[in-house]
Amino acid sequence: MVSMQPIGIYKPGAEEEKSETARMSSFVGAIAIGDLVKTTLGPKGMDKILQSGNKNNTIQVTNDGATILKAIGVDNPAAKILVDISKVQDDEVGDGTTSVTVLACELLKEAEHLIAQRLHPQTIVSGWRKAVTEARRALEESAKDNGANPDKFREDLMNIARTTLSSKILTANKDHFANLAVDAVLRLKGHGDLQAIQVIKILGGSLLDSTLDEGFLLEKKIGVNQPKRVENAKILIANTSMDADKIKVFGSRVRVDAISKIAELELAEKEKMKDKVGKIIKHGCNVFINRQLIYNYPEQLFADAGVMAIEHADFEGVERLALVTGGEIVSTFDNPELVKLGHCDLIEEVIIGEDKLIKFSGVALGEACTIVLRGATQQILDEAERSLHDALCVLAQTVKETRTVYGGGCSEMLMANAVSELAMKTPGKEALAMEGFARALRMLPTIIADNAGYDSSQLVTELRAAHKEGRNTTGLDMNRGEIADVTVLGITESYQVKRQVLISAAEAAEMILRVDDIIKAAPRQRAPDHGH
Amino acid sequence: MSMGSLAFDEFGRPFLILKDQDKKSRLHGIEAHKSHIMAAKTVASTLRTSLGPKGLDKMMVSSDGEVTISNDGATILSMMDVDHQIAKLMVQLSKSQDDEIGDGTTGVVVMAGALLEQAEQLLDRGIHPIRIADGYEMAAQVAIGHLDKICDQFPLDQSHRERLIETAMTTLGSKIVNRCHRQFAEIAVDAVLSVADLERKDVDFELIKMEGKVGGKLEDTMLVKGVVIDKDMSHPQMPKRIKDAKIAILTCPFEPPKPKTKHKLDVTSVDDYKKLRVYETEKFDEMVKQVKDTGANLVICQWGFDDEANHLLLQRQLPAVRWVGGPEIELIAIATGGRIVPRFQELTTDKLGKAGIVRELTFGTTKDRMLVIEECHNSRAVTIFIRAGNRMIIEEAKRSLHDALCVVRNLVKDHRIVYGGGAAEIAMSLAVSQEAEKISTLEQYAMRAFADALDSVPLALAENSGQAPIQTVAEIKSRQVTEKNPRLGIDCMNKGSNDMREQHVIETLSSKRAQIMLAVQLTKMILKIDDIRSSSENMF
Repeated sequence: MVSMQPIGIYKPGAEEEKSETARMSSFVGAIAIGDLVKTTLGPKGMDKILQSGNKNNTIQVTNDGATILKAIGVDNPAAKILVDISKVQDDEVGDGTTSVTVLACELLKEAEHLIAQRLHPQTIVSGWRKAVTEARRALEESAKDNGANPDKFREDLMNIARTTLSSKILTANKDHFANLAVDAVLRLKGHGDLQAIQVIKILGGSLLDSTLDEGFLLEKKIGVNQPKRVENAKILIANTSMDADKIKVFGSRVRVDAISKIAELELAEKEKMKDKVGKIIKHGCNVFINRQLIYNYPEQLFADAGVMAIEHADFEGVERLALVTGGEIVSTFDNPELVKLGHCDLIEEVIIGEDKLIKFSGVALGEACTIVLRGATQQILDEAERSLHDALCVLAQTVKETRTVYGGGCSEMLMANAVSELAMKTPGKEALAMEGFARALRMLPTIIADNAGYDSSQLVTELRAAHKEGRNTTGLDMNRGEIADVTVLGITESYQVKRQVLISAAEAAEMILRVDDIIKAAPRQRAPDHGH
Repeated sequence: MSMGSLAFDEFGRPFLILKDQDKKSRLHGIEAHKSHIMAAKTVASTLRTSLGPKGLDKMMVSSDGEVTISNDGATILSMMDVDHQIAKLMVQLSKSQDDEIGDGTTGVVVMAGALLEQAEQLLDRGIHPIRIADGYEMAAQVAIGHLDKICDQFPLDQSHRERLIETAMTTLGSKIVNRCHRQFAEIAVDAVLSVADLERKDVDFELIKMEGKVGGKLEDTMLVKGVVIDKDMSHPQMPKRIKDAKIAILTCPFEPPKPKTKHKLDVTSVDDYKKLRVYETEKFDEMVKQVKDTGANLVICQWGFDDEANHLLLQRQLPAVRWVGGPEIELIAIATGGRIVPRFQELTTDKLGKAGIVRELTFGTTKDRMLVIEECHNSRAVTIFIRAGNRMIIEEAKRSLHDALCVVRNLVKDHRIVYGGGAAEIAMSLAVSQEAEKISTLEQYAMRAFADALDSVPLALAENSGQAPIQTVAEIKSRQVTEKNPRLGIDCMNKGSNDMREQHVIETLSSKRAQIMLAVQLTKMILKIDDIRSSSENMF
């Protein structure tokens, strides 16, 4: 009797899903995520509105896969893996976040069919691994390297930037922004540290008014009565308190027995500040930038000495300034000879839109620059920044790894055909998995065409045939809705990004596929919030 | 629910013996046994599909919604939210195998489940549980005795690195990292060999640290012969690379001293104020000077620095790292041969740690930085630095590497091995069933059952690899007898050979022995329970 009843070994609330159910649940979850971002893929992809749940109901309009996935809360474990993978893609290479999710999802769709044909998941996995190796080989073979030739390389970069931007909001002005991005990245001279590129968003104007400023812009104000324009500036960058300089010895406090003594102490404090300002000025600087506040008294002292003082430059600003002007961040002022001052040719206040900014031009390290974005609404600005960031990341990656591949579905088709070819030569069940892999790869151009409203079945089969005939550079032309030579169209993508998409997607799909059992612990009981 | 035998008084009321008796449920006798066996079987059947190189993974969602994917038995069980008491015992069983040996955590649970399943049938035939337990014990002795007979020697010195790697590869074969199988095996072996004390046959796991960082590929995983800490230089303009570093390891902050006793410092006049000001600047100066005087060119500090101190350090060209955690400080101290110094006054030249090179690592487009201390004075501390697509893979790689490290360590400790792939189990099963014929009592049945239970491991292996389980196992069994070759096992990877020596599928004798012992002990314990009382009402 008792032994006939099912025995619950889990805590109440915990669940277990076994083999078929578990697999179904992960497939459904992953495919749902894929379908969600699918429509944003490609140059004619659509945007999503993300409305946050907090009181302000702030709205984001975006077509960046990682941003969308970050914003939606998912509960399905397999879906979480996909979200994770897109985040990693964003961190590592900055672009291709949608592609990686969509490819992983397409792979899982194929896996679902294969499992229905009673293939063991491990067989599928081993078939996929072979397929990935083959696809990587094909991709590597097709990659071009123009790193040695600066003119051609710049052309490559321009193409990559245009390709990346074409799927974003900036597509209308993509030439303008591609120029901006390439200029900015080339100024870095190969070290790829995006910190030196600053993006400032100012509401108003149109996207076309966005400019690249050679130099550095700081969104701060210059102190009252101080020079608004300094030529040949010597900059002292500091991180020190310029209010009343407190004594830091533990446990000290002021204890006096008469009012007059307080006055004396106050004077001593003031004197200390004056000493400090005196020491700072002794460094021979004519611009003083502090991370912390500068109180009225020292500000006035600086004004008297004719030194421009800028207070409350945030931490990032100070570090970036130190980076671009070549100065060091100073906190003590006793040894002027040891301190390296930053230099720049001209500091002036400029007005962009309605905002006053401080512009540093002719900085010592010519690597830094600032991109000023203009746009009609905050949402446009935000999306423009995200798009530009993606483009900058990809360009920075390309500067490091100079190989490029063709976009517009060309590389996908190339890889798919290589994998199909291998599948035909492989005896055994793994071949089925490889064919599935090739089909999943072909889905990417299909989705791109679908999103643009063209007849995808027609186009993709035409594309496949063209590749089979040996026209290896054929891709989709989404402006005219036909297949065309991508070398002419100039649709180029970074090899690094493409490869990462392939590997990450296969890895994620494999991980989900290998699961045959989902065990959910009982959700933690949360103490009810005391309403605020 | 039956409340056991109760006596009733003349009004039909039961005599109450236990407190709140009517609220407690009770199971006893054969029902209790069956219920326990059911629970144990449920746990074992969950793990069964994870056994072997082709085993599948399990996805666990924690109570906070975090997702873990693993096929490590101990990990799966520890994250299962089990409530049933017998299931909890199974969880502990795999944990103790994990603590003791570090590998074979799935196998031990599958084995225990199979033993209990066999016991159920014997119970149905009316054999007393204690007799079954005794029979199992006798069988276990025979099995282990036979293991000693078939075990092989595995001589160990530095030149046998290759064979160690092959063993590590077996362990990693079933994990998700088997894409860079060889590389991970090499990392595990090199890590253990560099910290192993071959004379004392001891491996200190404290010296092996695993750090993971999201991003990159699994192939980028590397073994750093030194220490990796997740920190960067305290000032962005300090040098990113220091050669021949002499490291001062401090556990005191760069701040004016704070006496522990409660005190007050009264500023009563302008003079006092000025003196205090001078004192403060002097103090900072003095601290930096004290460090500089010892010849140190890198400061590792457990606490923070004052902004002024930070800048002074930069100015005096003394790179520094702040907020380094306690365990990391200790690791650095061990690795560099330095002493942890709690006060500036006590800092001397001979207390400094030495390292060949200290450099900062940067990753991808994110601003993350890490500090690597290499070519340490005492090179025994190593760090395995894992890169992978996402956090889940990193965690899984960590667990897999841990298993591989344990196996290599066990080989260093004890160099006797047996062959895996179910070969040892089949050999034991044959020996036990042969021995069973010689027993004239009831235990004979228990021993045969034990032999059948041993078969369950190769059966599960064959099943998971997509082969016909019964046919494969029967074939190998007969081949082991006719060819007198205890090395034959299941060919999980379809390599075309059943000789496990050719496939380098080996396991340590100690691991296999512990598996059998632990499984039998647990089974005996469960069989001895015949009464269970629980106070919760909705237990069953």
